[in-house]
Amino acid sequence: MLLIDAWQFIVAHPGRFLNALGTHVALSAAALTLAVAIALPVGIWISGTRRAAMAAITTANIGRTLPSLAVLALVMPVLGTGFAPSLFALTLLAMPPILLNTYTAIQQVEPDVVDAARGMGMTRAEIMRKVELPLAAPVIFAGIRTAAVQVVSGAVLAAYIGGGGLGDFITAGIAMMALPQLLVGAIPATLLSIGTDQLFGWLQRTMIPRGLA
Amino acid sequence: MKWLLNNWDQVFEALGQHIVIVLTSLAIAFAISLIVGIWAARHEGVFRAAIAVTGILYTVPTLAFLALLIPIVGLGRANAIICMVAFSLMIMIRNVAVGIRGVPAEVVDAGRGMGMTGFDVLTRIELPLAAPVIVAGLRIASVTVISVAVVAAYVNAGGLGTLIFNGISNDHAPKIWTGALTACALAVAADLSLARLEHWLRRRAA
Repeated sequence: MLLIDAWQFIVAHPGRFLNALGTHVALSAAALTLAVAIALPVGIWISGTRRAAMAAITTANIGRTLPSLAVLALVMPVLGTGFAPSLFALTLLAMPPILLNTYTAIQQVEPDVVDAARGMGMTRAEIMRKVELPLAAPVIFAGIRTAAVQVVSGAVLAAYIGGGGLGDFITAGIAMMALPQLLVGAIPATLLSIGTDQLFGWLQRTMIPRGLA
Repeated sequence: MKWLLNNWDQVFEALGQHIVIVLTSLAIAFAISLIVGIWAARHEGVFRAAIAVTGILYTVPTLAFLALLIPIVGLGRANAIICMVAFSLMIMIRNVAVGIRGVPAEVVDAGRGMGMTGFDVLTRIELPLAAPVIVAGLRIASVTVISVAVVAAYVNAGGLGTLIFNGISNDHAPKIWTGALTACALAVAADLSLARLEHWLRRRAA
């Protein structure tokens, strides 16, 4: 019954629903892209330096424990409300798992393999590109998958700081105790999150050569 | 800062509520995980099914989960606690099962050879040796639950999120800062102290 009401709400307001869904996906995709663009190079860079690595790993470990809503809330008094502050907060939240996994994965490449590559006359950059990164890819991708799910979940909370997205229906639904509207936000957000996890799981299996997994 | 000094009792109350719902949820999740985890350690099928189901629960966005429970249990603490338990199950069941499986078979055999019953083997050999891995799971779960509890203020469960939400709706920055930073500090403190415990257990087991 409630589900039918929720469905009727979507049918009655298709523009609002698609708009919220679009914002949600855009916000999540942008945050994940930015996080990969920052955390991946930083992770690669710190794998070669001990001091910077310690600092970055400690920061990332702390960052990973911070409650998502707290981070979103802390951004608001500084940057205000809207899409951009939400994007900033979500990017921050997505970085730790990518950074930590990139670093760990490169550290775990067998020294013998790196030695063999060096013996073949490869330069440092070639070793990274042709040996270390391909071998580290599965673990790095697992980090991106974790970050992706975290971002899609966190984007629901962006509604509190005016970031839009599916969370808008949930907050409005709770405020007015309008249960159908609440489901219009909660069910698609859940499906989107589970779908993202499945999609990245599938990408992980298909992109990585069978011999490496 | 001035706001904090004048309202420390309010902050203290919120922190207290936060800790109470976190500990309640962790205790319930721990009890369930111990039973399911021990069972899953012995049967691969149970392990796969438990991880598949709890893994899906773990993927549901926090606010969506709380919202989906409203038509069923309404607003309040029960809602928050169910949600928090659901979020901890995957990590804790996995770590209990993996921890028990990691106990060397010869140690278990030695125990049996000494005439220990199955229950003795479990409580005096397997669980103590699995303790570091179980605590590692408890550590991740506690950080997750502290984070979920912040959002749970929105469904009237109390806790530090209350300060954040009040601050947002009244556009009162000091309240937001206090709530958010206290929640961050709580998460970091829980993570560090359980990391210590894990480290100590590992050293003792070695």
